[in-house]
Amino acid sequence: MNSPIQLQPDETFILNVGPQHPATHGVLRVKMEMSGEYIVSAETVIGYIHRMHEKMGEIKTYPQFLMNLSRMDYLGALGYSHGHVLLVEKACAIEVPERAEYLRVVMVELNRIASHLFWFGAFVMDLGGFTPLMYALQDREHILDMLEAVTGSRLTYCYFRFGGLYNDVDDQFITAARTFIPRMRKSLKKYRRLVTDNVIFRKRLTGIAPLSPEMCRKYGASSAVARGSGINFDVRRNEPYSVYPEFDFDVPVFHAGDSLARYMVRMEEIEQSLRIVEQALDKLPDGPVMAAKKPKLIKAPPGDYYQAVETARGSFGIRLVSDGGKTPYRLKLRSPTYSNMHLFDEACQGMLIMDALAFMGSLDLVIPEIDR
Amino acid sequence: MIAYFSDIYHGLISLLVGMGITFREFIKPPVTVAYPYETLTMCARYRGHIELLADDEGNPNCVVCGLCERACPSECISITSVKPEGSKKKVLTGYTLDFTRCSLCGSCVESCNFSAIAFSREYNLASSRKEDFHIDLFKRLEEKKR
Repeated sequence: MNSPIQLQPDETFILNVGPQHPATHGVLRVKMEMSGEYIVSAETVIGYIHRMHEKMGEIKTYPQFLMNLSRMDYLGALGYSHGHVLLVEKACAIEVPERAEYLRVVMVELNRIASHLFWFGAFVMDLGGFTPLMYALQDREHILDMLEAVTGSRLTYCYFRFGGLYNDVDDQFITAARTFIPRMRKSLKKYRRLVTDNVIFRKRLTGIAPLSPEMCRKYGASSAVARGSGINFDVRRNEPYSVYPEFDFDVPVFHAGDSLARYMVRMEEIEQSLRIVEQALDKLPDGPVMAAKKPKLIKAPPGDYYQAVETARGSFGIRLVSDGGKTPYRLKLRSPTYSNMHLFDEACQGMLIMDALAFMGSLDLVIPEIDR
Repeated sequence: MIAYFSDIYHGLISLLVGMGITFREFIKPPVTVAYPYETLTMCARYRGHIELLADDEGNPNCVVCGLCERACPSECISITSVKPEGSKKKVLTGYTLDFTRCSLCGSCVESCNFSAIAFSREYNLASSRKEDFHIDLFKRLEEKKR
């Protein structure tokens, strides 16, 4: 019979979380050195789902690489495609019709809400509450149905094209989007009563893993991680792209830096995205959704180009170095979660393991996007 | 001491609020369908794997230009054809889709200028054999013709 291991008082042990663990939401492995229930040090091990997207970018032609971007972040795929098409359009000087830009923004914002809803459900489930996930998925389903009717797919969209969109939206989509906005606002009130105002939930998150703005800057964190720590930065407002300057929206910033602040930022962002969708639908101009003048074979002129966009997970940067050929010379993808995740090693030292998992949930990690 | 009891009090209140919301959801009609007994109709733009389109006589629209083959990022499509003697045009003899590598990006459908391929609406695709996903689209079209 096995006898339980007796640890010396100052002895530590190594605990492996993952790579196949539900709390890591994917194939992420965290090697934790534990002293009892407290974490002495932690090391995130990545690379389990590396698919060489950057290398694929070098060997595929520009249109052939379009669908790769939606395979990076499966929850907020359209934001990444948006960055890619904007970059190539900038490099090749393609003029995009206004209607296409407006529709892109509508799609990206709806996708952002869907992504935040899924994060909300999964995060509360990490903390032990199961039902909010069901409500969140129900709301998310409305968005997925709308996007499916337009793009033809539910998760890995390939909808944006260089110079416009794959196809135009119909009246059915506009009506569905308009009815969705008040429904989502009603649901947000429900989430507030059910989750945000819940005493147990608040006690579980308040003061957990406070991140200082210096630390966020050190690791290059963005999205709710940075905005929850008082860094007032949003690419949509600070480095405007597409038609975002046309819209009136706020960038929610909280100063506490704890897990609750990150949660509050994302919940507030859903409301702001709804505002953007509302305004974009009101202002939606008529016209074509594809550029009239577009080179048949897309070839970026030699040079160095960069485009940053605000995706659901933070600021996504994409850099293109072209030598004038059919394929890029180099395509660098700067994924936001990669930076956000590396905070974890330093921030979770001395934390209880249950709190560390709650903290990890608040970072909103999507592993295929880290490894890409 | 007071904080302790006030915590319990507020905890109970938020518990009751949560239970109230759950109860209201409980008596609402279900939003799910009991698949596979009930199915939803697929939307018109749904992207299944591609299939060949035929003209009124049942002959494929495909003129073997090879644009779809070149547009595909994953080299899923392989086409075979023959050129009958005295004819200028090629005739399609085989069109195979390797669905194991296809990511449904739609580059092939977009590249086609002869409306020879379109997305199917099949989604019930499951098999334990890899070979089942090497779909011979030409054979499927011939079978449809019969």
